[in-house]
Amino acid sequence: MSGDQQAAGLDVSLQGDAMTIRATGDWVVGALARIDQQLRDLRVRQGVSAEIDVSDLDRADTTGAWLLERTRQALAFQGSVEIKGAAPALQQLMTQVGEAFDQSESEAPRTLSLIASVNGLGASIVHAGQEFANLLGFTGRVVGTMGLWVIKPLRIRLTPIVYHMEQVGLNAVPIIALISILIGAVLAFLGSDLMAEFGAQVFVVNLVSFAFLREFGVLLTAIMIAGRSGSAFTAQIGSMKGREEIDAMSVLGLDYVELLVVPRVIAMVICLPMLTFLSDIMGLLGGGIVLYSMEGMSPATYLTRLENVTELRHFNVGMIKSFFFAAAISIIGCYQGLKVEGSAESVGNRTTLSVVEAIFTVIVLDALFAIYFIEIDY
Amino acid sequence: MPFGDNIISIRGLKNQFGSQVIHDHLDLDVKRGEVLGIVGGSGTGKSVLLRTITGLNKQREGQIKVFGKDLSQMSDMKRREYETRWGVLFQDGALFSSLTVGQNIQVPIKEHLKLPKKLMDDIASLKLGLVGLPNEAGSKYPSELSGGMRKRAGLARALALDPEIVFLDEPTAGLDPIGAAAFDELILSLKHTLGLTVFMVTHDLDSLHAICDRIAVLAEKRVITVGTMDEMMRFDHPWVREYFHGPRARAALSAKGHGG
Repeated sequence: MSGDQQAAGLDVSLQGDAMTIRATGDWVVGALARIDQQLRDLRVRQGVSAEIDVSDLDRADTTGAWLLERTRQALAFQGSVEIKGAAPALQQLMTQVGEAFDQSESEAPRTLSLIASVNGLGASIVHAGQEFANLLGFTGRVVGTMGLWVIKPLRIRLTPIVYHMEQVGLNAVPIIALISILIGAVLAFLGSDLMAEFGAQVFVVNLVSFAFLREFGVLLTAIMIAGRSGSAFTAQIGSMKGREEIDAMSVLGLDYVELLVVPRVIAMVICLPMLTFLSDIMGLLGGGIVLYSMEGMSPATYLTRLENVTELRHFNVGMIKSFFFAAAISIIGCYQGLKVEGSAESVGNRTTLSVVEAIFTVIVLDALFAIYFIEIDY
Repeated sequence: MPFGDNIISIRGLKNQFGSQVIHDHLDLDVKRGEVLGIVGGSGTGKSVLLRTITGLNKQREGQIKVFGKDLSQMSDMKRREYETRWGVLFQDGALFSSLTVGQNIQVPIKEHLKLPKKLMDDIASLKLGLVGLPNEAGSKYPSELSGGMRKRAGLARALALDPEIVFLDEPTAGLDPIGAAAFDELILSLKHTLGLTVFMVTHDLDSLHAICDRIAVLAEKRVITVGTMDEMMRFDHPWVREYFHGPRARAALSAKGHGG
């Protein structure tokens, strides 16, 4: 706004039923707050005849023109109104802004924020319930398609299965081995430290074996693979969906569940338990290294102790869980991929959602399994 | 040129997503052997219509008959037989990005027929030639092709099983004028040599003038008129008037008059 702007002025006079409104100065947006309020407060009576005198108006931008037009419409509604002294340019501007302004409510009526919050919470819960139902339905579809492969083994597509086994399993070996050794070591380290207080260092081996085989090995591997491969599934399938490749498959008579989802699920269900096994070994190895360096426990002693305290059931529990975790991660990953809308942003959102959902499901399943196995004393 | 019977017949179609009704009481007939252009403003559901006919989208109400049969009432096995009789070209081709163009073309062939590899390779080369692509394109990946070539490759795949109907979703979108004209000519020549029926969703006025036998206008949730270009020019409806008599339409018309 320039410095040599004339002050915007408004002058309203009323004589009986005749109202005169004089606009003066520069009616530009920066100066109109007070005038806007005055115009809103104007009480227009039924049957009024008004005159809007703009001959002394130097300048009007779109906001200024809008204020005039709005006032004119309000007066025209109640009685009659005439504009005096308007240049053609101003007339045209007023008509244009009049047409452009949308009178309808642009925002939904605001509700009290407390009610809105409860509403939102309810909607989220309903939505989560629907998503869960959809996911279950999708799982059924996947299992059904796999059943088709059992009945008609000729349909089995080995190439994609092997390809995904390489991506999900083989390529993950180094990272799984590494994190497992580290966590096994940390576990032994902390356990040793804790048990020293009770003079019970000898039981660290029990701790490492029990915790790793039953819980840590499985969870660690599952979470890492969810982040690594679950997201990859979502991104791969999601990008294809965005490019309409999924639709193209459908019209060509191909079942995208059979081609894209089932190989991935099978690959993960085979590889995750194998990776869990690797993780178990590496975790025990890491524990052994720490015990050797901290407590001076020789490898022979460590192995003997391991053999004595480790029960097969702990290993079995881990393996059983990893099978179910694999199914959950791969199905969720593929499901989210198929829900991608079409933009790059959607791929990103769904990938994040896929990882979070997968890890959450894994942990919930883990808790349920923990309760179950305790109840059956396994 | 007299056209055949109705190869596609739609009655009382209703499409609804949530609370939004896209089509209501929509009727349309597509005659065998014609090139039918589908026009309509943004949001009138042209692509939804195409997807509903090809079975990618399930309608709320209404009956769609293709080749005289209501495909939604059939078992999956029988459906598949009929589905091989049409081909779809999606926007930008929708080629499988992990396969070469040649492999893309062979996907429907492999899926539905048992043919020796050599024959399938030959068929793929044939289709490439039909759509005006050089043989070398067959060993390229979709990402290595230009937009125009991708569309042609997508068309080649849609034609792999010698369909009777071909659905095109905005085929000339994003093509330069020369490429778009070449594509129009390609469709026209394929229609003559293969006897194709073409269902073309488009905004391209030049295509509409050049190759469409009839045009269907989608507005107000249904088809408000179907007819030749001349009939469109005479139809009295505000949107139709603006579409076919607006500044761009007049330019397209004069281009056609100048031997376009």
